[in-house]
Amino acid sequence: MNLIEITGVNKFFGGLQALKDAHIKVAPGQIVGLIGPNGAGKTSFFNVMTGLYPADSGQFSLNGKPYNPSAPNEVLRAGIARTFQNIRLFKDMTVLENVMVGRHARTRSGVLQTILKTPFQQREEKSILEYSYRLLQYVGIENQADQLAKNLSYGAQRRLEIARALATEPLLLALDEPAAGMNQTEKNELKELLKKICGDGTTILMIEHDVRLVMGICSEITVLDEGRVIANGIPELVRKNPAVIEAYLGPTHHE
Amino acid sequence: MNLKDNKTLQLIALAVFAGFAPWLCIMFGGNYWVRVIDFALLYVFLALGLNVVVGFAGLLDLGYIAFYAVGAYCAGLLASPHLATSFSYIKDAFPMGLHTSYLIILPLAAYIAAFFGVLLGTPTLKLRGDYLAIVTLGFGEIIRIFLNNLDRPLNLTNGPKGINGIDAVQSFGISFNKQLNIAGFDVPAVVLNYYLFLILVIMVIIVCARLQNSRIGRAWVAIREDEVAAQAMGLNTRNLKLLAFAIGASFGGVSGALFASFQGFISPESFSLSESIVILAMVVLGGMGHIPGVILGGVLLAIFPEFLRAILVPLQNLIFGHVVVDAEIIRQFLYGCALILVIRFRPNGLWPQVRVAK
Repeated sequence: MNLIEITGVNKFFGGLQALKDAHIKVAPGQIVGLIGPNGAGKTSFFNVMTGLYPADSGQFSLNGKPYNPSAPNEVLRAGIARTFQNIRLFKDMTVLENVMVGRHARTRSGVLQTILKTPFQQREEKSILEYSYRLLQYVGIENQADQLAKNLSYGAQRRLEIARALATEPLLLALDEPAAGMNQTEKNELKELLKKICGDGTTILMIEHDVRLVMGICSEITVLDEGRVIANGIPELVRKNPAVIEAYLGPTHHE
Repeated sequence: MNLKDNKTLQLIALAVFAGFAPWLCIMFGGNYWVRVIDFALLYVFLALGLNVVVGFAGLLDLGYIAFYAVGAYCAGLLASPHLATSFSYIKDAFPMGLHTSYLIILPLAAYIAAFFGVLLGTPTLKLRGDYLAIVTLGFGEIIRIFLNNLDRPLNLTNGPKGINGIDAVQSFGISFNKQLNIAGFDVPAVVLNYYLFLILVIMVIIVCARLQNSRIGRAWVAIREDEVAAQAMGLNTRNLKLLAFAIGASFGGVSGALFASFQGFISPESFSLSESIVILAMVVLGGMGHIPGVILGGVLLAIFPEFLRAILVPLQNLIFGHVVVDAEIIRQFLYGCALILVIRFRPNGLWPQVRVAK
């Protein structure tokens, strides 16, 4: 059974059709890549999948159960956590606090419990703190826990965004260009981190432009072009697929 | 460890000072100055409430005084002869007029104001910044205009004439409008009110601090920082924003009821836009989102104008032999200058938040 199965997604922006019957399947425990030329609709697909934009049509199912991507917070609760192409951290909060916000959806102390400082609320606060700190250790930025998020280096900000997403205990981690703007060393470190996350049981779906990175860690790749899925399968086959080559390099002209 | 002891010591010193403040005022200036610090406490109360909305959740609210008005009129209607004089059937039921206990009025004022907070919050959920400010400003004016005109066809609020004869708080065997004799020692009514307000302000401070250092407080800040990311992290931004509006408004409601009980008289002109702006100035000047800063802002802006009023006339008499410029004008002028200077040199407020995780 697939962890996530999305079929028949259509999305219009006015007269422009950004997604045409787009679909994707991700088996549990895999790292799956979503690639395609600029403007192919990758981020639109992510936004529809995570409830940021309403889909015009489509069937969505997560872990065997249908889910309705009506609001981002609902989708997150269902088990899909995402990062953003242009990093969206809570800049003026500390690194640790950023991850602690990620625990919100998995904790439940209410106003009254907070005001009365009940034992349950205090235990929960303590567990939020510990869980978040462990995640910072997990992604390797715990020594910057007290820094403001905006003061982190680019690579560390990407890691923090991943830690914040992991704090929500997702079934599927959806990464929108996690390696954008990273140098080769950072990319290699990111690769190791993603492998570790996947090895620890979180399935990953990632949009990525760096072909070497995608080919290196993804077990399966789906290619979008002009809002349509033009290929999917294991990296070796996708690489040789004529439709993919044409989408990236333009149609070949025969004299 | 040492730092913690130091902090406890500071807190004790502050508590002792707050406890003796009204007596110092009586020693150096009389009951007038106790009234001034009573009002300062009410303003601190309001500023702390507005801070939940503006400081924590980042929702610019320019109509906050409306909740103060709602609370004040809640007390005014339920604890004065007004309703009984204008409605005969209420007079039949309560020939002496309504005199509800403040133990009921205060929670009720909080509840009704919170309801109005949600009422304001619901249609404005998608608005931010300037747009939200304009709508909230309009809301504040609507409430005031309603209060001004609800004397016809049914005389509900007595219009611009306001409501008179509002009961003082009478609870725990203490009447807060009479001086109290404790073991041969006279405590004036203004001082009694001071302690009542102080206790309630301390309670509000505790509530604010606990909320701030909780998952709810962090969620508010996250919404302030980046609403899209906050929602993508599973925060129900709609409910959290409404919660901020409701909690902020409920503080406004309670302080409004206290104001009504303290004054004994309320009228719509106490709830003008300029009051909203003064409270917002307290929050911004003190340090948005930082509880000690907001308290400082509230105390300073409430006392500073009174202080100027008191010294400007004697000062001019001393220098020029007569009053050259009306004290009120100088007061406004210096007030404006002070605000500009603070914004120029301390844009984050006099005592801003230093964010360090524990």
